[in-house]
Amino acid sequence: MADSTMSQTASVSPGAPEISRFRLPLHWLGVTPFFVFALVFLILPTVGLIAGAFKNAAGDYTFDNIIALSQPKLAAAYLVSIQISFVSAALGALIGLAMAVAAVRGGLPSWLRSATLTFSGVASNFAGVPLAFSFIATLGRLGVATILLRDIFGINIYSLGFSIFSFWGLILTYLYFQIPLMIVIITPAVDGLKKEWGEAAATLGATNWQYWRMVVIPVLWPSFLGTTVLLFANAFGAVATAYALTGPSLNIVPIQLFAQIRGDVLYNPNLGYALAFGMIVITGLANLFYILFQRRAERWLK
Amino acid sequence: MKQGSRFWAWLVFGVGTAYFILPLLATFEFSLRKRRGEYSFDAYRSVFEDPNFQTTFTYSVVVAVFTILLGVLLVVPTAYWIRLRLPNLRPVVEFITLLPLVIPAIVIVFGYIRMFGSNSALPFLATARGTDVLLVIGYAVLALPYMYRAVDTGLRTIDVRTLTEAAQILGAGWTTIIARIILPNVLIAVLSGAFLSFAIVIGEFTMASLLNRPAFGPYLQNIGANSAYEPSALAIISFAITWGCMSLIQILSRFAPRSANRPN
Repeated sequence: MADSTMSQTASVSPGAPEISRFRLPLHWLGVTPFFVFALVFLILPTVGLIAGAFKNAAGDYTFDNIIALSQPKLAAAYLVSIQISFVSAALGALIGLAMAVAAVRGGLPSWLRSATLTFSGVASNFAGVPLAFSFIATLGRLGVATILLRDIFGINIYSLGFSIFSFWGLILTYLYFQIPLMIVIITPAVDGLKKEWGEAAATLGATNWQYWRMVVIPVLWPSFLGTTVLLFANAFGAVATAYALTGPSLNIVPIQLFAQIRGDVLYNPNLGYALAFGMIVITGLANLFYILFQRRAERWLK
Repeated sequence: MKQGSRFWAWLVFGVGTAYFILPLLATFEFSLRKRRGEYSFDAYRSVFEDPNFQTTFTYSVVVAVFTILLGVLLVVPTAYWIRLRLPNLRPVVEFITLLPLVIPAIVIVFGYIRMFGSNSALPFLATARGTDVLLVIGYAVLALPYMYRAVDTGLRTIDVRTLTEAAQILGAGWTTIIARIILPNVLIAVLSGAFLSFAIVIGEFTMASLLNRPAFGPYLQNIGANSAYEPSALAIISFAITWGCMSLIQILSRFAPRSANRPN
């Protein structure tokens, strides 16, 4: 379909710059299919939801739905979602950075580095239902690691209060795609640390710690923060992993929204739109910060 | 590097590797336990013999193929045209292609359900076939960021303007230029985007489940709720599929620069 509009453009005016004044509007035909697609299947549905969030059942404009998001159950859902996303993003970012630094700068054999990057590419896409299965088989009540810890080390993690279906269980599972995503995104930044900077610092008499504190950390900081907020948004929108792990019982926003779409459990469609609007606001803000941090970070990556 | 820091590097690396390898080993071990008292591949056999596995997996493969076709049709001409004629528009297009990373999939599909119902101007959801089409469209949107980036990177390695002018001098029309000049030159990049799209789409749960389509993702979820050993086998199969897609991308990327820059 895209091709046909382009050939129209061409038949009207085969590339001569002198008549470009006449052709100018026709240029746009080449990108029309893309923009129409994006408008109809990405922008309008989202804008429609956002508009619905500010309307009541009769179609009048109101802030009631947004205010209703503060009812205890929904407020708690947002709180738990933000906590899970924040903790999994922060831990994922720290561990991912440590692994990226170890793989790139730690003097490890070079094949380990490419193996790490390949595996990270796979694991960062291995989210959703199968990931939940893996962790249930490993750390569920009858999981392989749970049984091994109990029979060999005498540690019953379930009697110690751990459960794969709990807050920390979910975090542990999310880290399986958060850490690799961090490694994939941060490795170019770690690569961007030039050898000369270390040598220059050493020439000026800096200790290893000073080099890290005054060179490495300030250079990596914007990339680190930027990627962390990206991981936050990534965890915040994740539905399948949490749903497959804990079922519809867990009170986090994506699962609430899932139940709402399935069966209007809030008994108010417009409140459902407000729930979705809240998600867009949070992931939107996270991505805005990502772009700002990334712009700051690019200064050093030339 | 000093001895001390190398020790820390190995330590960090070892702990991290253990975290990533253990669940895979444990899942694999668990998946072999279906027969009492000995290891067997019974769980895998029971998965592959399950007619629901065959139909849902086939359904998802077909949906993935159409998703890739739609993605290529949408992205290749656009990225080409942006490079050739409308470079000013590039930030706008890039921004749009990043939106699916900002708007969670569950919100996009919620918007679809609200906008394309039976009584709407575009009643996709009125028929099963229409819903299938809407699922393909939704997946194309999810894959858009990856597809666009892959194709744009591929286009960067070729001289779009010279190739286009050469083709025009030889009398080629736009369809010929895109299908027979540009597409073969960025084929490796397109295939990378295609395999990544495949990996994302094949086990996708949220959209398929909310649109009530008999796809692989909802089937997985259903099996997880109802049986013991088959989920582990399915997790291993899914991991193998993801691994396969990523390995193909790696292998393809080795060919990329040479084939894309081939002078004649």
